[in-house]
Amino acid sequence: MLRGKGSGIPFFDEMIGQGSDVRSPYREYHEWFDREDAARIQRKAQQAEAFFRTTGITFNVYGQDEADERLIPFDVVPRIISASEWRRLSRGIEQRVRALNAFLHDIYHRQEILRAGRVPTELISRNEAFLPMMMGMDPPGGVYTHISGIDIVRTGANEFYVLEDNARTPSGVSYMLENRETMLQMFPELFAKISVHEVSDYPLNLLKSLSACAPPKCNGTPTVAVLTPGIHNSAYFEHSFLADQMGAELVEGHDLRVVDGRVAMRTTQGYTPIDVLYRRVDDDFLDPLNFRPESMLGVPGIWDVYRAGGITIANAPGTGIADDKALYSYMPDIIEFYTGEKALLPNVPTWRCSEPDHLKEVLERLPELVVKEVHGSGGYGMLVGPAASKKEIAAFRAKLEANPRGYIAQPTLSLSTVPIFTKAGLAPRHVDLRPFVLMSPQGLTITPGGLTRVAMSKGSLVVNSSQGGGTKDTWVLED
Amino acid sequence: MLGKTAGSLYWMARYLERSENNARLIDAGFRIALTRSSTAAAEWRSVLVTAGQNYAFKQTQQDYNSQRVVDFMLRDPSNPSSILSVVKQARDNARTARTYLTREVWEAVNTSWMTLGALLKRQVREDDLPDVLAAIRQQSALVRGAFSGTMLRNDGYNFARIGTFLERADNTARILDVKYYLLLPSVAHIGSSIDNVQWETILRSVSAHRAYHWLYGTEISALKIAEFLILYKQMPRSLAFCCEQMNDNLRLLERTYGQETDAIRMGASMCNERLSRPIASIFDGGLHEFITDFLRANAALAQQFERDYRFVE
Repeated sequence: MLRGKGSGIPFFDEMIGQGSDVRSPYREYHEWFDREDAARIQRKAQQAEAFFRTTGITFNVYGQDEADERLIPFDVVPRIISASEWRRLSRGIEQRVRALNAFLHDIYHRQEILRAGRVPTELISRNEAFLPMMMGMDPPGGVYTHISGIDIVRTGANEFYVLEDNARTPSGVSYMLENRETMLQMFPELFAKISVHEVSDYPLNLLKSLSACAPPKCNGTPTVAVLTPGIHNSAYFEHSFLADQMGAELVEGHDLRVVDGRVAMRTTQGYTPIDVLYRRVDDDFLDPLNFRPESMLGVPGIWDVYRAGGITIANAPGTGIADDKALYSYMPDIIEFYTGEKALLPNVPTWRCSEPDHLKEVLERLPELVVKEVHGSGGYGMLVGPAASKKEIAAFRAKLEANPRGYIAQPTLSLSTVPIFTKAGLAPRHVDLRPFVLMSPQGLTITPGGLTRVAMSKGSLVVNSSQGGGTKDTWVLED
Repeated sequence: MLGKTAGSLYWMARYLERSENNARLIDAGFRIALTRSSTAAAEWRSVLVTAGQNYAFKQTQQDYNSQRVVDFMLRDPSNPSSILSVVKQARDNARTARTYLTREVWEAVNTSWMTLGALLKRQVREDDLPDVLAAIRQQSALVRGAFSGTMLRNDGYNFARIGTFLERADNTARILDVKYYLLLPSVAHIGSSIDNVQWETILRSVSAHRAYHWLYGTEISALKIAEFLILYKQMPRSLAFCCEQMNDNLRLLERTYGQETDAIRMGASMCNERLSRPIASIFDGGLHEFITDFLRANAALAQQFERDYRFVE
């Protein structure tokens, strides 16, 4: 039923490997699937779409009519990870997140890693994501990356790579939770048959984790609030979802002001202080007095309150320096420097176009590489060599030559596939995985699985939702 | 609770109530237009005035053609008070207050936005209009049902309820404001019955023509209709009923917050001073003056309410 070849690149399918035998994590699911009526699954898939619509699990595409709210396509076939695969992944993720946090602390304090010459100084000092105002600051609890998302790709039975770290405000966790909820509603019998790790305790863990990072001026139970740019933001659904699930207030900049040295929200009875602000706005917009003066999204003076220990900002300002793509290629060194261990999860080999010999090689091999903007995100502004036309490659070559510093290049990975459900049966599509990690002084919590993003069109390697990618429920099997 | 959230709940409820009221006005206007083509234009004009949309309508249109008025009130993008845009605003407010709504309420509001969006995508044909208006009333009933069945009876609930009844009182008072001349005592005094179709329209605009007959039998009098719409507490769209509900909810807020605000005092005086007298005394003081004064007091209460509970800074 499944054919092995899709895009011309040989790839590993997580359900059937490279051959035709179903791999063990998928065995029970596959047996169930074979006995199911395809028309019934089709019907369920349509119900799922209606469910997403009425629930309002939509996102706004920037630059489009605001009335145009889109659904992220949801596929009903789960992505399944075995208990042993997950153990290995989670150890690597934990190591990586601890290193990122240690790196941030170091960069904003003594900068030992620069002194040791393991990371070039100009990569920090000239980087827009570096926030000099954070120098010498100690965020409450010593935590910088309260919430992070580590993007992982797979290329073989035992080959996993970290594609990218997200240490600013990683999104997608609401989809992880709603996808599971949807699967539970559609196919309850599957969960009775197969033991899958729960994900539903994420919001509670998030609340606990944020509360454990309360600032020195907090009295009693910490008040947590989620800061959103508002209902027209593309991720508004997620912001309101998380606030709702945590029982926290969902605030916008204009609900907040500094009162008596605290950041306070305007309630029906006056101003009440907030202890922990889970902000879903970028650093630049946090405080118009200290950053962008024209910003209406933030709170004038919040920076001074932060410095004085009056509020916890999650994630801490300035964490962007850790997930900058220019620094990505140094991650193996960074991990080794702070943990004394080799990285458990390898990086994708990366050419830094800022280095002349790297640039030369990249230009020669452009049709086979993936080239990314150092500061880009969301899959915009990147070149996927094998999928691009000659014209596109030529145009990109010109951009690259004009500004080599702005780009990195990587080999085109043969990303693993997981089947999606189509009218013609199961069909392999490329996937990646974003596990979500919470950090507090009490430790790390990694939700088993994470968000699986899937390129819905045949052969495509781009999984971003802004580019038509979809999502799947991700199962980590219990032992 | 955030002031902004309280405001969003209040406005969500007001917009939902408004869409339902406007659907009812269209329904009443449509009946007259069908049965009495000679007075149709005048009737449509009064419907638009009642709905506060006459000015906007005249900006783009010359005459009161049924098809155009209906389209304008249902879905014209240039009309900020069309049912389509009012429902959109209700939904935007619901999204803003999402964390204070139950899943059921949010889904009902969202579904009604999607359903009406699909129904009103194209101009509605005259013979489809009754179905479309029925669908609007139905959606509104679903939201109301979810709201009453699932919401916690806390301050958020009170803010939304106050929004509903301020809007409804405003609507009923506007109907009376536009049609008061039909109810003037001179007509009643000389014993001539008022125009049958006209009074029926008034009652239909508040979905109460049956209820009226239940109460008063076949007797049709201006005094009785005015009493029914203004003072009759068992009628869910009468001014007295709306005021009483508003006051109950204001008192609950007072108890929750332990504070008597100006809005609470204004609400009490609306009930006690304006509506605690017999209908004859209202007519003696002048029906039109009474309605004008009520509309002003209702609007002032709304403004004070927004200030007292810090909807905006």
